[in-house]
Amino acid sequence: MTATFDLASSSVRDLNQALHDADRGSFHIANPRGAHAVAAGITSEIAVQIDGSVGYYCAGMHQRGAVHIYGNAGTGLAENIMSGSVHITGNATMSAGATGHGGLLVIEGNAGARCGISMKGVDIVVGGHVGHMTAFMAQAGDLVVLGDAAEDLGDSIYEARLFVRGDVASLGADCVEKEMRPEHTERLTQLLEASGLDASPADFARYGSARELYNFHPDDIDAEVAAAKGATS
Amino acid sequence: MTSHQWALRESYTFDRNVIAEIRRAANTGVYRIRGFGAKRVLPTLDDLVFLGASMSRYPLEGYREACATDVIIGERTAENPVKLDIPITIAGMSFGSLSAEAKEALGRGASSVGTSTTTGDGGMTQEERGHSSILVYQYLPSRYGMNPDDLRQADAIEVVVGQGAKPGGGGMLLGQKITERVAGMRTLPEGIDQRSASRHPDWTGPDDLEIKITQLREVVDWKVPVYIKIGAARPYYDTTLAVKAGADAIVVDGMQGGTAATQDVFIEHVGIPTIAAIPEAVRALEDLGMHRDVKLIAAGGIRSGADVAKALALGADVVSIGTAALIAIGDNSPEREDEYRELGSSAGYWEDYQDGTDPAGITTQDPELSARLDPVIAGRRLANYLQVLTLEAQTLARACGKSHVHNLDTEDLAALTVEAAAMAGVPLAGTSWVPGRSDRY
Repeated sequence: MTATFDLASSSVRDLNQALHDADRGSFHIANPRGAHAVAAGITSEIAVQIDGSVGYYCAGMHQRGAVHIYGNAGTGLAENIMSGSVHITGNATMSAGATGHGGLLVIEGNAGARCGISMKGVDIVVGGHVGHMTAFMAQAGDLVVLGDAAEDLGDSIYEARLFVRGDVASLGADCVEKEMRPEHTERLTQLLEASGLDASPADFARYGSARELYNFHPDDIDAEVAAAKGATS
Repeated sequence: MTSHQWALRESYTFDRNVIAEIRRAANTGVYRIRGFGAKRVLPTLDDLVFLGASMSRYPLEGYREACATDVIIGERTAENPVKLDIPITIAGMSFGSLSAEAKEALGRGASSVGTSTTTGDGGMTQEERGHSSILVYQYLPSRYGMNPDDLRQADAIEVVVGQGAKPGGGGMLLGQKITERVAGMRTLPEGIDQRSASRHPDWTGPDDLEIKITQLREVVDWKVPVYIKIGAARPYYDTTLAVKAGADAIVVDGMQGGTAATQDVFIEHVGIPTIAAIPEAVRALEDLGMHRDVKLIAAGGIRSGADVAKALALGADVVSIGTAALIAIGDNSPEREDEYRELGSSAGYWEDYQDGTDPAGITTQDPELSARLDPVIAGRRLANYLQVLTLEAQTLARACGKSHVHNLDTEDLAALTVEAAAMAGVPLAGTSWVPGRSDRY
């Protein structure tokens, strides 16, 4: 049994309350018409299908359920996702998957700037290209890009792993290309299968942190001078 | 000393602290990072005095007549607004910067007098949730430990845009304090010097923030209020935009506000003092017709009931304390003088919160040090201190003839300096002159 919400006549508030109250079942959302915070804060293993494009923060703070969007999304798609999955057939604008702690976000189209910013364990697969500062300060999780990456990929990255098939315009501070070892190929294969997107893991390069920015590196001339004096005395 | 000999004369421009800092910078090549708050001389609320009742005003009986202190935040939007018994709250301070024992002590103390505590960077711990009857959950740019389950456990949400100690700057927690537990909560490698973002990752301006706040309300089913915290830099415009974004309360944190770890140059040189920030925020709320509807929480260097009463008289609804609360539970205690000395400091001067070596067990993650802090005793100390602040504020309000501390207003104040008169918008004592206001001249 699928419950239908037509956002041409129902409010986002009523929709979200129904989604929050449900512990199982399927929901169909029609006419989202760019509304914000659609399906935000889901906590249970429900299935939600959205036919049309959504605004900001669709499926934000998502837990456990499966959301499938047939359209495009505004800023912050699946931001802070904790678990479950969010899949969009079109494009996502800025900050898709931002700060996500877990779960899987699949974007069949392109993603705008700062995709995966501060990601903390989420896995993100993008079928198209990603914008500048993608994976900025990315802490954990895997980001897969089948297309190209714009400027400053992985700036100030921590322990997240980035896999890019296309060209990378430039790498951000402390982000470097790294060796693709067998465990990375295996993980990439799993993510591609989970996403349903078709690509060969052999075509990807891996990027991650050089770990040069993890700590301040203070000089200590006084100690050096004192040691030199000690050695000559 | 003969007549032609000079006494030792210290340069005002290059005093011993300046020389020491130049030498430190030349040795290390890294900027100074420290805790505490601004130490330079700044205009403060001390530059204001109350005009107690006499012939033209009628005082309330100091010990017997009621003077209420309660405040409600978020009744316009939230199903469960925050109800505080006293207009003094505990500011956001993270687990990580503070020990679990310190967070528990803050929760115990605040709860026993009916007020709130606030989480910080790194998320919510069960120590503070369990011991805080009213807990405000900070929503920060880093989103470290940000968990919607915790969000739903909160009694209010505070979107942190800035902090008084460092408007425009991000958080900082050095590697000494990134223990296994802290690292786990923040999804970071142990021991790194954590420098968190200064901007939120998924909104870039007030229009976006309005949508973000709506999302937060949706996630918690519109149950709790949403605050916005700003570091005092341009409080008139920032307050205006925060109201536009839909805040139930605006926390304005002046430059005397403390920090766990920030560049010294930020602490001492960015932002404006609390006495200058409150009136500008109030002016913005009044211009929008939202004063008292959107609550104003003033912070930054609040130390006494006099400060509380003055902040309220300037138009704030609530004050928030951080550094003073830490001192109340044992920070900079003379009892630890020998250990402060060993660390190259002294009781009353200790500011190296970033090092994690706090002898008082408050700003540390070292289990041996943090075990020194008894959260029950420390909580009682905080409760006593909050009680004194409240009693002092009530005493002053009664002396001005006010049956609620919120009835204090600028008519009850005079300024002792021209600067304070200009910043606070109250007359210079003994005159009717408010610099910059022709209508009050």
